[in-house]
Amino acid sequence: MGHAYTPGLRVSEHAVVRKERRLPIAGKVLVECGAAVKARDIVARAELPGDVATVNVVNRLGIAAAELPRFMLKSVGDPVASAEPIAENRPWIKRFRTVVKSPVAGTIESVSRITGQVLVRTAPRRVELAAYIDGEVVEVFENEGVMVQAAGAFVQGIFGVGGETHGELVVVGNGPAAVLNPGDLHQGLADKIVVAGSLLTSAIYKRAAEIGIAALICGGIHDSDLRELLGYDLGVAITGHEKIKPILIVTEGFGPMTIAKATYQLLESRAGQAASANGATQIRAGVLRPEIIIPSPLAAARGEGKAERAVLGLRPGSPVRIIREPGFGRLGAIKSLPEGLVRIETEAKVRVAEVEFQDGSVAVVPRANVEAIES
Amino acid sequence: MNPSDLKVVAATDCGSTTTKAILIEKKPEGYRQTFRGEAPTTVEAPFEDVTRGVLNSLAELEELSGRRILDGERIITPSNGNEGVDIYISTSSAGGGLQMMVAGVVKQMTAESAQRAALGAGAIVMDVLASNDRRPPHEKIELIRRLRPDMFLMSGGTDGGTVTHVVEMAEFLAAANPRPRLGTGYNLPVIYAGNTSAREAVQERLGKKTELRLTENLRPVLERENLGPARGEIHEIFLKHVMAQAPGYRKLMTWVGAPIMPTPAAVGWIIQTIAGNQGINVIGVDIGGATTDVFSVFGEVFNRTVSANLGLSYSISNVLAEAGLANILRWVPFDVDETHLRDTIKNKMIRPTTIPHTLEELKIEQAIAREALRLAFIQHKSLAVGLKGVQRTRTISESFDESMSGQTIINMATLDLLVGSGGVLSHAPRRSQSMLMMVDAFQPVGVTRLAVDSIFMMPHLGVLAQINQKAAEEVFFHDCIIELGPCVASITPGKRGNPVFTYEMETDEGVKRGTIPAGEMLLEPLALGKTAKLRLSPARGIDVGAGKGRPLEATVSGGVVGILFDGRGRPLAVPEKNRSETVERWARAVDAYPS
Repeated sequence: MGHAYTPGLRVSEHAVVRKERRLPIAGKVLVECGAAVKARDIVARAELPGDVATVNVVNRLGIAAAELPRFMLKSVGDPVASAEPIAENRPWIKRFRTVVKSPVAGTIESVSRITGQVLVRTAPRRVELAAYIDGEVVEVFENEGVMVQAAGAFVQGIFGVGGETHGELVVVGNGPAAVLNPGDLHQGLADKIVVAGSLLTSAIYKRAAEIGIAALICGGIHDSDLRELLGYDLGVAITGHEKIKPILIVTEGFGPMTIAKATYQLLESRAGQAASANGATQIRAGVLRPEIIIPSPLAAARGEGKAERAVLGLRPGSPVRIIREPGFGRLGAIKSLPEGLVRIETEAKVRVAEVEFQDGSVAVVPRANVEAIES
Repeated sequence: MNPSDLKVVAATDCGSTTTKAILIEKKPEGYRQTFRGEAPTTVEAPFEDVTRGVLNSLAELEELSGRRILDGERIITPSNGNEGVDIYISTSSAGGGLQMMVAGVVKQMTAESAQRAALGAGAIVMDVLASNDRRPPHEKIELIRRLRPDMFLMSGGTDGGTVTHVVEMAEFLAAANPRPRLGTGYNLPVIYAGNTSAREAVQERLGKKTELRLTENLRPVLERENLGPARGEIHEIFLKHVMAQAPGYRKLMTWVGAPIMPTPAAVGWIIQTIAGNQGINVIGVDIGGATTDVFSVFGEVFNRTVSANLGLSYSISNVLAEAGLANILRWVPFDVDETHLRDTIKNKMIRPTTIPHTLEELKIEQAIAREALRLAFIQHKSLAVGLKGVQRTRTISESFDESMSGQTIINMATLDLLVGSGGVLSHAPRRSQSMLMMVDAFQPVGVTRLAVDSIFMMPHLGVLAQINQKAAEEVFFHDCIIELGPCVASITPGKRGNPVFTYEMETDEGVKRGTIPAGEMLLEPLALGKTAKLRLSPARGIDVGAGKGRPLEATVSGGVVGILFDGRGRPLAVPEKNRSETVERWARAVDAYPS
């Protein structure tokens, strides 16, 4: 794969982050282009159609479907309260009268002369969309949402669980390789986004949940601990819908993993600042990695940041990370990219890269197993 | 250009993980596949444009072949000497493939037929709705709204049959008012292929809310399926709506000289061609990063299933979740720490393009592949069934057994050929590894030919066949299929250590004889192009395909691995005692790994 390389996770001190905020269905946009917004500000609102309850009226009344309209007390579009009669029969003997009541409060959506069903739709549900990051509205999608832009630090994790959150960024523990104990977490960390060392255990997570920490950022986690905190074995990496607090962002992978130096240093340098984080991950069909965004008002004012990152690929000198055993997590630089196929231990013939590590040692690694470190 | 005048063809398959490009050239001896290149698929960020991966894979093809194919970002056509290609074609399963929901009235009848129609067209079926599926209406409506398929296939009722239930489903669909998965500017495509008497009522309910298309009933009478017209509609909508919404596909569609096909539809065509040309029963499997597809042709009946979350990269963790750790570990020929194994699998899931670098990791990945294949085959057998609900006249003897309509039509005793495809089978460092994985997962019985797709080019040939069938067939038989050799397996397990059968193998070099003990395997070399006459004599009570204790004679062709004699019996059981040693011994018997 001469033209193949694995794009790395983005760790950028000065980035321009654009977040598209779209409603699931058409609604109303509440802000104008150019408006300054805070992460928790509501930028758009919509009314989601309510749930539908079905009532098989013909079965209940013992009539033919074609006769249904004659027995209806309500018409399409009429509002109904819960337990309000919507249809009844008219027997000769009143004692045998059957009344069909609406199971929910809502509106009569349809009355079918073919199936004999009446559909009642409950009241619409309000959906509100927050800005998610502190920034500026740079585009308005009529009736659909907005684009919010901010300049600041941007860090991608490899895997996360849970949705969007906000809070002050705090670093706990001593360095990127630290392994915390539950006792290292204290009540003062409630609602904070906490950088929590190289290995997150389920004991640490439980303690964080008790305190009410908003998000935990760690280098690695054992799959067995993830299973314990989720309550099930995660089959496919599509996450973000979990209703958990704290959300979880893993920067390196599964197992004990020192947080990459660049990631740690950047997060440490922004400690005390307000951050937005999202654990949502989707590795298939449109990759989505978890993220931490720390907008910087100064950077925005100065117009700093790189909007688009150049996709350069691998070349001699490119900083890389090994992303599979042996040497998972080691950092180095491309020494050379041999053209031909090379036979590796498995006997497979693959394209390789010669990687020189920080200690001066060199290893031949399948190109598929190195990741470009991008900024 | 006239399809028969094609001299140089470039074809790509945009898979969920990798975009594979091949070059096919017309040589004096016929069409041949000459070069192959690949690059990661770029449907995802930061590229979000499938054409980048296509260009990268074609650039690799250029490098390896010395032929100039690209002029910047343009594919040079037609060919002229050592420059350009006459046509560029492609298949695609990137971006999650084609995702559909289907519905019918009776789950085991019209809904199942609708499912077969969608699967045969190359779709992943997200859910099957039926009037009798026991889910309350509000749950069905919520499901339709939540799943957001690419399209919806609605069937139900034989012609002149029930209208009420069909209309009920249309009402649920209208109430859900579903949005398509990709894009915002159009309504969800819905194909109605049910009772013709209900068309008007369905039109009334869905005509304004969806992009409704009416086609022939896919189950006009209980005794017959008519899946062709519905499949045709699915392909058309796939191209017009679904493909056009995926990142970069609008551009890709202007490059191709023939419509882009869903990868499984192209592979399905090839499997049907093999079966049809040779008049044999075939099972094909394509194990990918996200999904595993199984295709079969038994007695001219074609079936395809897709196990949407059984794959070796994106879905590898789901194989662990579905198969369970113990089932994976039973194939690993060494002791492995459970925590480490779980972390390894999850790390592959989050970095799906990595490859095993060490022998231990290769063995673990191949153990997981066995389980993905096994589970996908179980699913296939449950859907590849005879039509249910059909009235049959039974003989007296039949009325004593339990068989009824709707039994699986997969009969391993009549299987002639098992073909494997997909990275883990096509690119296994040794072909004997592919053979062993397929035998362990599918457990063929009697005498069965085994083959693999040499470099994973069945999809490319499937789409090529749409414009030049002769070229596709020539490349298929010369370059695509690698015969591994036959597997000769006893059905009955026998008592460990005792002989299960003896064999006599007559070739032009002489006669070889041997004995296969219960629980063991033996590989006899028989080169590609050679044939051998086999005479098998089973021990008492042992069945090698002709009945208990009955001898079997067969003429078999060789392959790159040889003849595998398998005395382990069926169903295959890995002994718990000395598990590692046993699995290691089986691997050694076929020389699967370097010592």
